[in-house]
Amino acid sequence: MLVLIPVGVVISSLFVSAGDVWQHLVENTLPLLLTNTFWLTLGVLLGTGFLGVSLAWLVAIYEFPGRRFFTWALLLPLAIPAYVTAFVALGLFDFTGPVQTTLRDWTNSDLHWFPEIRSRTGVIIVMTLAFYPYVYLLARNAFESQGKRSLEVAQSLGFTRRTGFYKVALPMARPWVAGGLLLVLMETLADFGTVAVFNYDTFTTAIYKAWFSLFSLPAASQLASMLIIIVFIIVVLEQHFRARMRYAESRKSPRASRIQLTGQQKWFVMTFIATVWFCAFLLPLLQLLYWSVQSILVGFDLERYLEFLAHSLFLSCLAALITCTIVTMIVYAARRFPGRSMQFAVRTATIGYALPGAVLAIGIFIPLAWLEGRLSELALTVFQIETGLLIQGTIVVMLVAYLIRFMAVSHYAIHGAMQRITPSIEEAAMGMGLHGWALLSRIHFPILKSGIFTGATLVFVDVMKEMPITLMTRPFGWDTLAVRVYEMTSEGAWEQAAVPAATLVLAGLLPILFFMRQTEN
Amino acid sequence: MQTPSSKFRIISASFWIILFVSIAHPVCAEQVVVYSARVEQLIKPMFDAFTQQTGIKVKYTTDNEGALMARLQAEGKNTPADMLITVDAGNLWAASQAGLLRPFDSQILISNIPEHLRDPANEWFGLSIRARTIIYNTKKVSPEDLSTYEDLADPKWKNRLCLRTSKKVYNQSLVAMMIAEHGEAETEKIVRGWVANLATDPLSDDTRALEFVAAGRCDLTMVNTYYYGRLIQKDPDLPLAVFWPNQKDSGVHVNVSGAGLTRYGKNQQAAEKLLEFLSSISAQKLFADLNMEYPVNPNIAPDPTVASWGRFKQNHINLVKAGEFQAAAVKLMDRAGYR
Repeated sequence: MLVLIPVGVVISSLFVSAGDVWQHLVENTLPLLLTNTFWLTLGVLLGTGFLGVSLAWLVAIYEFPGRRFFTWALLLPLAIPAYVTAFVALGLFDFTGPVQTTLRDWTNSDLHWFPEIRSRTGVIIVMTLAFYPYVYLLARNAFESQGKRSLEVAQSLGFTRRTGFYKVALPMARPWVAGGLLLVLMETLADFGTVAVFNYDTFTTAIYKAWFSLFSLPAASQLASMLIIIVFIIVVLEQHFRARMRYAESRKSPRASRIQLTGQQKWFVMTFIATVWFCAFLLPLLQLLYWSVQSILVGFDLERYLEFLAHSLFLSCLAALITCTIVTMIVYAARRFPGRSMQFAVRTATIGYALPGAVLAIGIFIPLAWLEGRLSELALTVFQIETGLLIQGTIVVMLVAYLIRFMAVSHYAIHGAMQRITPSIEEAAMGMGLHGWALLSRIHFPILKSGIFTGATLVFVDVMKEMPITLMTRPFGWDTLAVRVYEMTSEGAWEQAAVPAATLVLAGLLPILFFMRQTEN
Repeated sequence: MQTPSSKFRIISASFWIILFVSIAHPVCAEQVVVYSARVEQLIKPMFDAFTQQTGIKVKYTTDNEGALMARLQAEGKNTPADMLITVDAGNLWAASQAGLLRPFDSQILISNIPEHLRDPANEWFGLSIRARTIIYNTKKVSPEDLSTYEDLADPKWKNRLCLRTSKKVYNQSLVAMMIAEHGEAETEKIVRGWVANLATDPLSDDTRALEFVAAGRCDLTMVNTYYYGRLIQKDPDLPLAVFWPNQKDSGVHVNVSGAGLTRYGKNQQAAEKLLEFLSSISAQKLFADLNMEYPVNPNIAPDPTVASWGRFKQNHINLVKAGEFQAAAVKLMDRAGYR
């Protein structure tokens, strides 16, 4: 229900006239937004598809020095928000950045051949490096569970290794690859920070501009509705693919049957993987640390930093707590009262992840502002008091938006844990005389605990690095680390954005390390 | 081991304590409460001088202007704030449009601040001038070739111009003032000319634009002079110089950082005193020294470094136009493809 309100509000705005601002947007910015969005998504899909699948294949099928390390290390770029990779890339490779300046000094030329980083290609490269792990992770699962065996079958049928890959392994892994690509697609459409850094106009930045520069909430909301329509099409596709994705990773195929790489091939593969990993993870991280040290040396406003940190931590904890409580209730309800309508409810509740933050910000702000208007009218007529802004001045709008957006993230973990409680466990407990609350607290909670904790961690980290919702709906004085990064990067002050950004990266590393420990054991 | 919820309780409790301590201002007899979008380093010295002179305490909160205005609006009649200080006339105009400010007719302010730098209805007053001018690469451009903002639209500057993004309010105000002067159609032609002359996509900030000019990626740009001042202070050898455009006609585009009294302030008299003090000679000297901006009070000379860039004629169209035409300017730049 909560999820449907913002979608409904935003979609319904399509039928309301937003006056000349909308007219202006249609005439002057919409064509650009559509072409920009099209090329960006296409480029990022191709890029992540190529990187994700090729890396997964190499790591899953072949044996070479460093493979064990890269198997998990290739996931680490997930810890770096795309907008951080973006401003690091700009800081390093722009015309006045250290790379080009040094090259100019060495070669004594003006480097006209050097590609322009502030370009469509630049954004696509940055997003590809930030998002490829989604494809990599899913494709690796697919290849590890079936790839080697399917390849053996293919070879026994007389295929070469290469045709075996294209004709057997890749088609079999298609549902997983498609699932990863759809995640990438959603992230790309929802992204605000990266495109803002590159001054590359897409729907999310246009929504922000319509709201805060043209002061037209209706126009912003109409832009949001167009974005929703695009996302909706993708969600339908996603459900379609997910239905075809069978759970086949339960039994790991016996190890040690990898193909040993030798000679030139070995070096080529190692260089390729190491380069990707260096560009996507190590380079941004090192540069961030370098800038952080620099900014601390020249004088660092610790008090302000701690304030941002406190806001980020507070909001993330609160959002994690609320989200996990509600999701646990939903999961439990779905178990006790299974049925079609319940299934539908759960599905809509978790669809929020597909809604870009910029859309949610608008979709929640409008109804709450309306509600508040009614309330204050009521207070004025009935009690003769002026209420001022009761809701807009608080963090309620933000928290509701976080809840909707990140329910799916914790649902995945908590639902998984709930699956482990078999009906026979429940029956046994009931047979021993446990009922109601006692059953819940003594059986369900202990088993669910780790799932809830995982879910909470994921929500925590996602809220920490969340940018558009926080930026658009935060009340006075609620600047967070992500907001600080936005403000500093929009002034081109990379060094000053580094410390908050590095903090976000460290927080992002937590769940990945966690996750890795779980899967490695 | 702590569970996440007990950790959360500790964090939450300490948070609320911090919040209450920071909100609970002790109520003193004589004080002024200021919301400022100018950062602390750039206002505190003036406040200290005021307190020393009058004994009136100044409390202040700094944040960006959007947040401060939203807060004023949210607090309505209950606001503790007596004065709003922000940068850019567009923002002051917006605050006045939203009914957040009250007029203050003061002979002192009227005589200290030139007419075009304050609101005709006396709801806000400019306190320091920021000139947005042309900076060029001395190795590549000879100043004789430069003349006006409008001239930068001429094809002779093709592939030689760098600009900051149109999303920044400084450029929105610049274009808004041009609309006030030339009308929309003419201004659009000029802005289209600028876009056609760009050497590279618009840049994120003024400092970067200057660095691009210095490194030779482009030959000239338009920035606020204090950005130039800060950069040249760090590295005096950069091949950059200031050019004052439109000296034969309308003058250099200027903007202000300024202040207004809030409609529902509680310490009205003290706030009025502070505002008048900020336009006075001693406070204006501080404005001039702190950020390499120009004082509004024409009786004060700017900082020596700033003075060395030369004197210039300002554009005398009232800055209220920067607010009135801001939305039009944003749309115009969209149409012209200035991103």
